[in-house]
Amino acid sequence: MNDEGGRHIRLLIGLGVVALLLLGKIFSLQILNNSYKEDADRNATIYETIYPTRGVIYDRNGTILVGNKVAYDILVAPREVKAFDTLALATVLDVDPGFIKNRLEEYNKRRRTIGFQAVTMIRNLPAETYMRFDEVKYRFPGFRGQVRGIRDYPVNAGGNLLGYVSEVNQAYMDAHPGEYKSGDYAGMTGIEAAREKELRGEKGYHIYLRNSLNQIEQPYKDGEMDKEAVPGQNIVTTIDATLQQYGQELMQGKVGSLVAIEPATGEILALVSAPGIDVSMLADIGKHWNEISRDPYKPMYNRAVQASYPPGSVFKLVNGLIGLEEGVLRPEMMYPCNYGYHFGAGHKLGCHGHKSPLNMEESIMMSCNAYYCYVLKNILDNRKYASVADGMDAWHEYVESFGFGRKLGSDFPAELSGSIPTSKTYNRSYGKGRWNSTTVISLSIGQGEILATPMHLANLCATIANRGYYYIPHIIKASEGIEIEPRFYEKQYTMVDTLHFPKVVKGMWRAVNSGPGMGGTAWIAHVDSLDICGKTGTAQNPRGADNSVFICFAPMDNPKIAVACYVENGGFGATYAAPMASLMVEKYLKGNVKRTDLEKRMKEANLMSRVKHD
Amino acid sequence: MTDQHAHKRQSIDWSIIVTYLMLVLIGWINIYASIHSADSTSIFDWSSRAGKQFVWILTSLGLAGAILFLLPSRMWESICIPFYILVLGLLVVVIFVSSDVKGSHSWFDLGPVRFQPAEISKISTSLLLAYVMSMQNFRLSKFKDLALAAAIIILPMLIIVAESETGSALVYLGFVFVLYREGFSGWWLGLFGLVVALFISTLTLGIYWSIVGLIAAMVIFYVLTGQMSHPWRTLLLGLGFVAFAALLPVALDKACALTEGHIDYLNHRIWVPQEGESAPYFWSFLFKVKPLYVVLALSLGALPYLLHKAYWNKDLTLAIVAGAFLLGVILSFSTDYIFDNVLQPHQQSRIEVLLGMKEDPAGVGYNVNQSKIAIGSGGLLGKGFLQGTQTTFGFVPEQTTDFIFCTVGEEWGFVGCLVVIALYVFLIARIILDAESCRGNFTRIYGYCVAACIFMHLFINVGMTVGLMPVIGIPLPLLSYGGSSLWAFTILIFIFLALYRNEKKYF
Repeated sequence: MNDEGGRHIRLLIGLGVVALLLLGKIFSLQILNNSYKEDADRNATIYETIYPTRGVIYDRNGTILVGNKVAYDILVAPREVKAFDTLALATVLDVDPGFIKNRLEEYNKRRRTIGFQAVTMIRNLPAETYMRFDEVKYRFPGFRGQVRGIRDYPVNAGGNLLGYVSEVNQAYMDAHPGEYKSGDYAGMTGIEAAREKELRGEKGYHIYLRNSLNQIEQPYKDGEMDKEAVPGQNIVTTIDATLQQYGQELMQGKVGSLVAIEPATGEILALVSAPGIDVSMLADIGKHWNEISRDPYKPMYNRAVQASYPPGSVFKLVNGLIGLEEGVLRPEMMYPCNYGYHFGAGHKLGCHGHKSPLNMEESIMMSCNAYYCYVLKNILDNRKYASVADGMDAWHEYVESFGFGRKLGSDFPAELSGSIPTSKTYNRSYGKGRWNSTTVISLSIGQGEILATPMHLANLCATIANRGYYYIPHIIKASEGIEIEPRFYEKQYTMVDTLHFPKVVKGMWRAVNSGPGMGGTAWIAHVDSLDICGKTGTAQNPRGADNSVFICFAPMDNPKIAVACYVENGGFGATYAAPMASLMVEKYLKGNVKRTDLEKRMKEANLMSRVKHD
Repeated sequence: MTDQHAHKRQSIDWSIIVTYLMLVLIGWINIYASIHSADSTSIFDWSSRAGKQFVWILTSLGLAGAILFLLPSRMWESICIPFYILVLGLLVVVIFVSSDVKGSHSWFDLGPVRFQPAEISKISTSLLLAYVMSMQNFRLSKFKDLALAAAIIILPMLIIVAESETGSALVYLGFVFVLYREGFSGWWLGLFGLVVALFISTLTLGIYWSIVGLIAAMVIFYVLTGQMSHPWRTLLLGLGFVAFAALLPVALDKACALTEGHIDYLNHRIWVPQEGESAPYFWSFLFKVKPLYVVLALSLGALPYLLHKAYWNKDLTLAIVAGAFLLGVILSFSTDYIFDNVLQPHQQSRIEVLLGMKEDPAGVGYNVNQSKIAIGSGGLLGKGFLQGTQTTFGFVPEQTTDFIFCTVGEEWGFVGCLVVIALYVFLIARIILDAESCRGNFTRIYGYCVAACIFMHLFINVGMTVGLMPVIGIPLPLLSYGGSSLWAFTILIFIFLALYRNEKKYF
């Protein structure tokens, strides 16, 4: 048959057009478009991240508070999974077959985002289970194990203090641009967060050439370009693990804080917040997260630096020192106390029964309320100030020089400032000129508008122990490779002359060591030969029973430890706070406690039912 | 005697044999490069695919020699009916006895050797088609004859589809070109092409872009073939509308992005006000505009006018264009409807896989993307022999068989691709020209069948590797690894050479 229409020519032209079409597309792929070349490079090499071991956290004596141990995870690359015996895998891994099925179905839904990656299916398998899996894993293509370092806590000390480490989320990555990748871990609270930069170390990587099945074929350039991980730096804390643990035991069943500081350095020896987080929860915080966040007592909340309380009678020391500095109080001055301080028509700030009149040392020893009403009145109504408002602001400045009403500047994250009123505070609530020294008289005994954290109280105690200055409390010790800021070595003087402090110390000594029946409020804190100096406080709590407060340091000369104890709804300062703080001192200075009955009573006391929460 | 001998040799088209040898050699080298890795073996290692391919090449050359020099070329015409029936039988039997290879049942497992009857079927179909169509009274214009030719083509096609080797079955569509050469109406060819193109584009690109493409094709077709007073004005008007339709969703998308919400017109995602979102304001009417309905309303609104104009001007082309457009719209809509509502899920998934919409559950378009990366990274001159990383490290699936062209692209670059495609074009064109120069209808028609088979394989395979075609797993003739395929194409080509030589010898 002849080809009349020249159809073979048309077909040949068609052939040419198709060939040009193909070549045109190839030309655009190979010559015009550069992105495929970049994709090719990315395709062939795989960066396997080598995670550094996180730094170990030690206590001041070299005890490991936080170490590392290995955890075994099961990863699955859904794309590589071939048909397998679900039941067999479930038996090996000791999980429900439905669990594996559900997870795989879920991954199938997310397959676009997962792509060729492996996702973690099970975390923290027991070692034996993992070994069992390791033997038979060839039967389950796509599944593999991963050994990962997790935190280990050899002693149950300082759960809140140490903080936890967890996988970073998007918000965290956004807040630290370029530093973290999905799957990295970072310290989220406490020391882990404060010293994250040192602890985390530097990630390394191994470069491999891989194939499309994500199977590694060989190291890239024989590992020439690999970078090894740099382990994180170890951190030495100022914490005394034994004391910390002892404090936690004492605070069991109570809500409150125990803070111990070494006055000569400002180093925090113990920082207990109760109820706290058990270290066993820290390693796998995600698993316990619901339990922790639902706990009405808020165990994550570090009361030692975040709870603001009225300090109570402990604050009399501050007012006394200000009075001495201002010259409106002399130690030998006597004031009367008739079950309280009477002012105006029938107004009274009550006090308990003790001898009257009494001098300053005795006022501290017996914690007289009336005495400090006179003192505060004299400070505020001092003629050298034009008005009570000016007196108030001068007082505020003094108080702030003790660290109150502001963050102390410790190296501990999330410290709160508490609050100390100024004239403005009262102008706001009463109006300018419509208040006087009796309006604010409860400030004299540490009530009213004063709020301070247990850390502030411990710092006050250390300041008095040092006779007039403090070091900013801190929790990290300088050690090899770890520096601490120079401010932690600087003495912070208060506005009160150091000459005045010994007079207050004497009162504190007498409060503890005057012997039974002498009227000292803290005889219960007495320990032979320790020369503990202390001051009780009983702070009103609008929600139920009074808070029990006590600060003390020992020995009187050359003090080694200053402790503040704050027990919510604990009653009188002498009921719980004084015994517990003194037990801490005894434990720290003597190594073991002789007052075992008291110790037992303190540990077993449970005040949780008294505590009302929101 | 010597004279006759010289005559004999002359009548063999050696240029085809040289091209054939070059392609086979290129294939062998690239198969070696594809499996090459750090701990590689020699190209002659019998356990490797390169070594095996060498065996296939040697046996193919033996077959080629036998067909050319030993077997009488007259034989093919006489055996084509029993041969066709035998192969059909094999095609059916293999469904029941074969082992499952990636879901398809098309392989005979004969110990160390596996072979795929679908490959042989191309030969038997070509022979029978040539035989039937070259008969004295055969006219494609007669319905009975056309139906017979169609049956010869469609029968093996259907069985191969039943083997789940849908890709191989598609090659048979290439026989349409043979029918066209032998007088089958070009209109039918065009319509057929339109249906196929619309079906594929509706499923892959969606209705909207299919219809925009359809309008563009109709405008160009009308301007090229129709009778009109102002062709440029018609072209400008038509393409202006196409441009408007193409830019509409993009413009809407951009405009909506300026407002609070965002709508992705290309993915048919509609903005729905969520709780707490501010009340829609002026621009928000944009969210309700659907480009598909705008374009359809405008074009269908113009249709009565066009038909009216066609009637008055006696403009048949315009009427055909308008009719084809209407048909195309209906087809496009029904494709979606049939696909979503009539087909069973497994059939849907098969078509999705076939069209590369769903390559496998874990990664859509993975193969094509990897293949494009491999080819794209080759550049002008390629990375050099054995230097390819993409093919060597196994990113590209089926790299020795269906995706062998990736290795060519990666290691030899654009120049390599150009050479390979030029060789194929030369081979196909040479076969067509040789076929045209034949007096015997049988040889000519058979030659066109061979050319059509090679062309379809080339177009589908290379088109697939560069992302022009959906992923349809068929080999690249002569280059891809595999005995069945190499043997089949060798036999296919050398039967033509033998027939051609015979033709020259006697005329």
